[in-house]
Amino acid sequence: MRLARRRSGSFYQERVEPVVLYGRRNPSLIVGLAMLGTLLVFTVIGLLGYAQLDAHTNDPSQHSRLDAFVSGGAPVGDKRLPPSWCTWCEDIAELDADKKPTLFQYPMGTDTQSRDLFATNLRGIPLTLGTGLIAGLLSVGLGTVTAFIAAYYRGLPDVLIRLLTDVGISIPGLLVLIIIRIQLGTELVWWQLGAGLAAVGWVFSSRTVRAQVLVLREQPYVEIARQSGMSGLAIIFREMMPNLIPYITASFVGSVAGAILASIGLEALGLGDFSSPSLGMTVYWVIQFGAITLGMWWWWLFPLIFIVIIFVSLFLISAGLDEWSNPRLRRQV
Amino acid sequence: MANTTTRRVNPALTAKPNPVVAFVGAFFGNFIVRRFLLFLLTVWVAATVIFVLPRLTGQDPVKEKLLLEAQRGGSVQAGMNEMAQEYSARLGLDLPLHQQYVNYLYDLSRLDFGYSIAYFPRTVNDIIVDSIIWSFGLMTVTLALAFLIGTGAGALLGWSRSPGWLSYAFMPFLTLSAIPQYMLGLVMMFVFAIMLNLLPFFGAYSPGNLPEWSLSFILDMLRHAILPALSILLSAVGFWAIGMRGMMVNTQGEDFMVQADAKGLNGVRIFVRYAVRNALLPQVTGLAISFGTLLTGAVLVEVLFQYPGLGNTLFYAIRVSDFFQITGIVMTIIISLAFATMLIDMIYPLIDPRVKYTQN
Repeated sequence: MRLARRRSGSFYQERVEPVVLYGRRNPSLIVGLAMLGTLLVFTVIGLLGYAQLDAHTNDPSQHSRLDAFVSGGAPVGDKRLPPSWCTWCEDIAELDADKKPTLFQYPMGTDTQSRDLFATNLRGIPLTLGTGLIAGLLSVGLGTVTAFIAAYYRGLPDVLIRLLTDVGISIPGLLVLIIIRIQLGTELVWWQLGAGLAAVGWVFSSRTVRAQVLVLREQPYVEIARQSGMSGLAIIFREMMPNLIPYITASFVGSVAGAILASIGLEALGLGDFSSPSLGMTVYWVIQFGAITLGMWWWWLFPLIFIVIIFVSLFLISAGLDEWSNPRLRRQV
Repeated sequence: MANTTTRRVNPALTAKPNPVVAFVGAFFGNFIVRRFLLFLLTVWVAATVIFVLPRLTGQDPVKEKLLLEAQRGGSVQAGMNEMAQEYSARLGLDLPLHQQYVNYLYDLSRLDFGYSIAYFPRTVNDIIVDSIIWSFGLMTVTLALAFLIGTGAGALLGWSRSPGWLSYAFMPFLTLSAIPQYMLGLVMMFVFAIMLNLLPFFGAYSPGNLPEWSLSFILDMLRHAILPALSILLSAVGFWAIGMRGMMVNTQGEDFMVQADAKGLNGVRIFVRYAVRNALLPQVTGLAISFGTLLTGAVLVEVLFQYPGLGNTLFYAIRVSDFFQITGIVMTIIISLAFATMLIDMIYPLIDPRVKYTQN
């Protein structure tokens, strides 16, 4: 249909237009990516802004609002402040008149330890996303490799890997992680947590990809490639991989979402890294200090919004990828 | 799992001459037997991982914890090491590793998780029994409600003759399914318990009340269960709705749907007897998958609302590093999950006669 227009060949028409057209057909993918992108841009700008502030301040008590305290922002005295733009909010502690924060000084208020929650959240978003990313990459990598070994070589490797995934899927990974973390006795930093989550989460990717590889290896074109003497690796990478990418990507997004969910869960249970200000640790402190009953809504609402944005965007992206890999689902209803 | 869903095979083709071989073959070829062996394997692997992994690190936090307890208990600093050794001997921690492993598996096979460190004279089983009732009640009710509501909604969503506004009306539920249960719980606690002051925000019953069989206590209990149940429910409904919608879309492409239409059956009958009935079956498999996520999510919801179930008990055990209690609770959850999944797998061929598990 659109071939005639594409031939005329400007960069826009060749590269951008198909993407725009596809996006119109698959809005959830675009909306999801846009949400995640906005969150990342917001975080980067915020962190850069704080770095600027840190560089220019001469007041030692204000020094490095990002790093001064274990949990993110520097303490601002012995006060619990609502967001400084919130004119109708009541301070929990009495304020000296001259200490009243100026507009936007603490955009997300402070916690009971007087830490700047905006700085805490800004530092927490990359930590939480990073945990998910590490876990997603590792589990999809491990899952894909094992799936190929199982589906390609069949026989004993297949039996063993299939048994392992069947067993692994029925054991809730979070619980095993709880035990391991407790027995280790040391706190896991964000990437160790991610690696741990991957160690229990790869079975899901393995199962998804394996099912797909089994379907693909019976396809006529794979058979033709085999008959024409292509090597095993070449068949895997040149013939099968391109068709697997949607599934692998979908599995990746699913693993990231699952890992973030589990990591926040572990942290909320008090098994996170106490010196890191990740979103899950903020949830832990919120529960620990009873922020809800104290009426400090700003303490939990902002991390909650960020967590919801992360999950909803990943959910939309995975719904969009589903549409991409399985066009038959396309709006039959 | 070596089972595949194949069509019935003529028994005459698979018959074996030797009756003993035939019996052994039939026994291990039997789907139920193999599924049970997988259940045992799952529990054994989980138990072994939990036993082996921490010991690979070479650290001994159990001993450290016991030392700490001993230190707290006695003011005499000098006898501390001996005291820890005494504890170790009593708990069998000074035996060689393989001996410990055998003991561990033996205790596990009897579902005996030993004594709690924090509440020493009490056994872990005792504590688990106290709390599992609350978790079980909360979980079964919410699971059943979520399944019914979600499946019903999904059936309507996937039905091509449903009004168009329906898909917009359910959009919020689909989005809610992406949000962690404890996050929903946080919001609901704030809105309903703090802002509106309608419902209690912690515990399973009012502090002054003692559990008894009276109407007022049951009402009080239900009032306390509403918020935790609702936060699990709201996020689970979407999961079921999405699965059911997909199956409804697939079912409508089947030939028997065209035939039902051609026969001139009325819409409601086609919807209920032809579409929903067939689309419903894979939802049962979804039940097995969802147990794990639902349960771990519920653990955190219980912590949030201080609901006295397994999750909350686990949380307190973690806070005081009560290793035996943590292992006991985690193994209880793992075993009950594996058991539930096995039951569903076994029941499935009964529900869907098209599926029959045979040896391949």
